Amino acid sequence: MKLQQGTMCAILAVLHMASRPNEQIPANEIAEIYGVSQHHLAKVLRTLSLAGIVESTRGAGGGCSFIGDARKITLYDIIKLFESGWFSAASPSPREQSDEATELYRVLGEVDRHTAATLQSVTLQTILNNALRTARRRAAAGRVAVAE
Amino acid sequence: MLLRLRGNSLRLKGADLVLVNSRADGDELTIRAVSLEDVPAIVAIDAEVTGSTKADFWYGCYARQNTDAKCTFLVAHRDGEVAGYTIGAIQAWEFGSPPCGWVEVISVAPQHRNTHVATQLFEAVVRYFRDNGISTVRTMLHIDDHQLISFFRMQGMAAGPFIELEMQAD
Repeated sequence: MKLQQGTMCAILAVLHMASRPNEQIPANEIAEIYGVSQHHLAKVLRTLSLAGIVESTRGAGGGCSFIGDARKITLYDIIKLFESGWFSAASPSPREQSDEATELYRVLGEVDRHTAATLQSVTLQTILNNALRTARRRAAAGRVAVAE
Repeated sequence: MLLRLRGNSLRLKGADLVLVNSRADGDELTIRAVSLEDVPAIVAIDAEVTGSTKADFWYGCYARQNTDAKCTFLVAHRDGEVAGYTIGAIQAWEFGSPPCGWVEVISVAPQHRNTHVATQLFEAVVRYFRDNGISTVRTMLHIDDHQLISFFRMQGMAAGPFIELEMQAD
């Protein structure tokens, strides 16, 4: 599955902010970490802000912060902001329909249904928790020291 | 056997398990093996949550956990009432899978939701599996039940190597 660059940028930016709740994070910090232009990031943040997921503050000490509920917002919620029509796969019109076409669209629908169910059940908090678990496991194995 | 875990006391005895979690506000959640007296409340909670009454099924589950050593039926109590329940079963070589633990049921009464009852039931059933030498835990859910899938994912579960297929046998 491949997402557009803007969608990936949005998900990574939101996760970055959600991992540091109640913090104003400079946009250039996010742009630098994930290798995106500040102009591109600004467009992404505007969309996220309109959706009530992040908030931007201008001026000294300004930046952007996560204002949503990480336990409720799913990957699907973010993806649908940037990939409109992604899950509205066209089905054949009755005139074009053949049994083979119907079966093909049924299989493609099966894939879409599983993809949507996965994205609708993975919250930002789940990703943050799993990332933390992975880091803890690595630390426990002695490979990486994780600062408390 | 008595274990201390993050402020909880946990006593294991085969498939029986008693966990008491007391909070500073006096709220106490107890998790232990199901008793016959719990079953009517479980039937009622299930009927309220699913919209269908299946008393035979739940009494069957009660009977099974008394006769099947590889099955546990745990019930959470709070304020003297059943707050939730879970069923875990150890299965070996079904569908070609090495031994693993199945979380067959987990449910919380509507009035006790959002108070970590499900998380504590899940932790209790996973502990039962672990104490019986099981390291892989599985469950199966309806694809549209995003809330419950989300709950299990929050506990660290993810898609496994098996896929469910079905057809109409007509």
